[in-house]
Amino acid sequence: MTTEAVLPADLETALPTTLFRFATAGSVDDGKSTLVGRLLHDSKAILADQLDAVARTSADRGFGGDKGGIDLALLTDGLRAEREQGITIDVAYRYFATDQRSFILADCPGHVQYTKNTVTGASTADAVVVLIDARKGVLEQTRRHLSVLQLLRVAHVIVAVNKIDLVDFSESVFRGIEADVQQVGRELGLGSDGISDLLVIPVSALDGDNVVDRSERTPWYTGPALLEVLETLPAADELESHLESFRFPVQLVIRPQGALAPDAVAAGLDAEAYRDYRAYAGQITEGSVKVGDKVSVLTPGQSPRTTTVAGIDFAGASLQEAAAPQSVAIRLADEFDVARGDTIAAAGTVREASADLYAALCWLSPKPLREGQKVLVKHGTRTVQAMVRNVSGKLDLATFKLEAASNLELNDIGHAQLRLAAPLPLENYLHHRRTGAFLVIDPLDGNTLAAGLVKDHPGDHEDERYSI
Amino acid sequence: MSTSLTEETQVTDAAVSTRLSSLDTLESEAIHIIREVVAEFEKPALLFSGGKDSVVMLHLATKAFWPGKVPFPVLHVDTGHNFPEVIDFRDRTVERLGLKLVVGSVQEFIDRGELAERADGTRNPLQTVPLLDAIQQNKFDAVFGGGRRDEDKARAKERILSLRDEFGQWDPRNQRPELWNLYNGRHTVGQHVRAFPISNWTELDIWRYIERENIELPGLYYAHEREVFARDGMWRAVGEVSQPRPDEDVITKTVRYRTVGDMSCTGAVESNAYTVSDVVVEVAASTLTERGATRADDRISEAAMEDRKKDGYF
Repeated sequence: MTTEAVLPADLETALPTTLFRFATAGSVDDGKSTLVGRLLHDSKAILADQLDAVARTSADRGFGGDKGGIDLALLTDGLRAEREQGITIDVAYRYFATDQRSFILADCPGHVQYTKNTVTGASTADAVVVLIDARKGVLEQTRRHLSVLQLLRVAHVIVAVNKIDLVDFSESVFRGIEADVQQVGRELGLGSDGISDLLVIPVSALDGDNVVDRSERTPWYTGPALLEVLETLPAADELESHLESFRFPVQLVIRPQGALAPDAVAAGLDAEAYRDYRAYAGQITEGSVKVGDKVSVLTPGQSPRTTTVAGIDFAGASLQEAAAPQSVAIRLADEFDVARGDTIAAAGTVREASADLYAALCWLSPKPLREGQKVLVKHGTRTVQAMVRNVSGKLDLATFKLEAASNLELNDIGHAQLRLAAPLPLENYLHHRRTGAFLVIDPLDGNTLAAGLVKDHPGDHEDERYSI
Repeated sequence: MSTSLTEETQVTDAAVSTRLSSLDTLESEAIHIIREVVAEFEKPALLFSGGKDSVVMLHLATKAFWPGKVPFPVLHVDTGHNFPEVIDFRDRTVERLGLKLVVGSVQEFIDRGELAERADGTRNPLQTVPLLDAIQQNKFDAVFGGGRRDEDKARAKERILSLRDEFGQWDPRNQRPELWNLYNGRHTVGQHVRAFPISNWTELDIWRYIERENIELPGLYYAHEREVFARDGMWRAVGEVSQPRPDEDVITKTVRYRTVGDMSCTGAVESNAYTVSDVVVEVAASTLTERGATRADDRISEAAMEDRKKDGYF
């Protein structure tokens, strides 16, 4: 082992790294797997035994002809069927780290069920890298991908114009594609809506140009390489922890009633002092909270009750403040009846719960949606029954127009109105990535049917979009 | 953009928490998942082998419900070929935390003739039957595992909440999409769900967390002297169920274990990492994956883990 190269002191003095989640999306054959393989390889996330296995398979398949070489795309194949068929079927998660950041990469397949996979990958992503083949430019599928990313309000959209080596590193080709991308962005509001930003980078995944290091072969490009961008963009949680609107869906109540954990007793806790201990456990979905803050408890069917935060606990530590995405336990000054499914929010920042749900639905199931259908809606920590009142249209992702439709099929994105069996504290997804999101679930087999994004009620005043 | 954010954090009170470290973010995500499963399922259990990932899982569970008790039992599938010091550690930990321990025994299934010993002597793949039997007998509807997506290419495709059918099988081509932090654990009678709260952790994250939280592990994770012999390019411990063949020389080496499974298929690595911070340095500099370096059962084929998982393995 070559442990001498790294000194323990380096690790101890280094600043703690932050976590950044990103996804990749692209059309067939635009070199996405190669790009992912290149990022993993050049950031040294691929270890010797994995590389040996890929080198063996590359040689078996005659990759690179007589010269040989390693097919980096093989690094991302996970399942037997994927290796056998040479395609990617399902989202695969990959991990690598630099000195600054730990990365979680959701590698989303492009050709089969691209909407389903892109929606899934983008829902948790801080950034999405969309690939374009420099020889082909902006395709219909690029427009579809960007449309989905705008809908899911991904904070950072990066378009990698790949195979720039195959157009002789031509600046004019790149500038043409860049202008087309910016045009699509303007049509969608992507990059100019104050919610997202849009970057275009020329790369060669095969040779590594502008992937990890800036390339000398694109002297006309003065921007950063892809990895530099990924290392410096703020994560969505960082941005959302600054929002005014503290939100905390209650997961469960911690109430030991004097029966403390043996290790808590061993740590010196007095069971008697904790007899009336009652704290609400959850993860902060946005904003931050301090001890003494005024908060509202939102219980469906009741009017909001206002109290103050008496304490913020986490595993034996008392915190003065906490922010998204921390998991904590909150104690309140008043003894309210609070249960799973309730939400604790900054006082005066939430509007009334509603049983009428207007939403964009990304349909993810082979079973089509029909009007009148009974479904379950999972929102925050609450699941309620619902009925689909009507489908008001289906998005044409290439033209960004809403077309008339009365049902939704796999990979469709449409607008629908649902009636809920109990009111929920719904918020516009545009402003609230967590409390504006929900799942539509099939009550028969429990499968997830759709990803839902809450929209404002028609006729409601559309709030001014906040600036990040 | 990062510059303006830094300026902003100087004026906000939440300066510290807006830049959560990657370990804090991973811990927070894992605790959220553990709490979701406890809130939504009737009878969860945690797979606990005394291995480092399951020890971290149990530590996270104690933090999730502090100062209350961990509200579920732990389940161990004992191959009968476990390292004695790991079984001892398991029992001490269960005792210390006042947990209920459920054991599924591979040996008992072999003794009853319901499982047959494999020609290669490894018992890791034999754990599936006792595992599914224990889940069924105890009516567990959710089982926490310490599986991580960076361990293996089939695990890279795994969901955080992963549905298992009546036969405990995993269908990788028909998985539910997992969106935002909304986990769908609905299942019908007979089905159960495997929950993997530390899916997004890497081996290095695990070790950094063990170091930061000062978590106790079985001693064999740290460098020690042991009688070993070379087989399949790994150092195998000499033990009751792990005997050298006549042509395999036994020597004493300073080794540690990167993974702890069945004695019959887990190899040691040469190491001078005596402390947790030594191990962090060693793992950061390692050029081999933990399973590639130490697990004979994953070397059987490129899809060894995928095939075991489809049958209901961890």
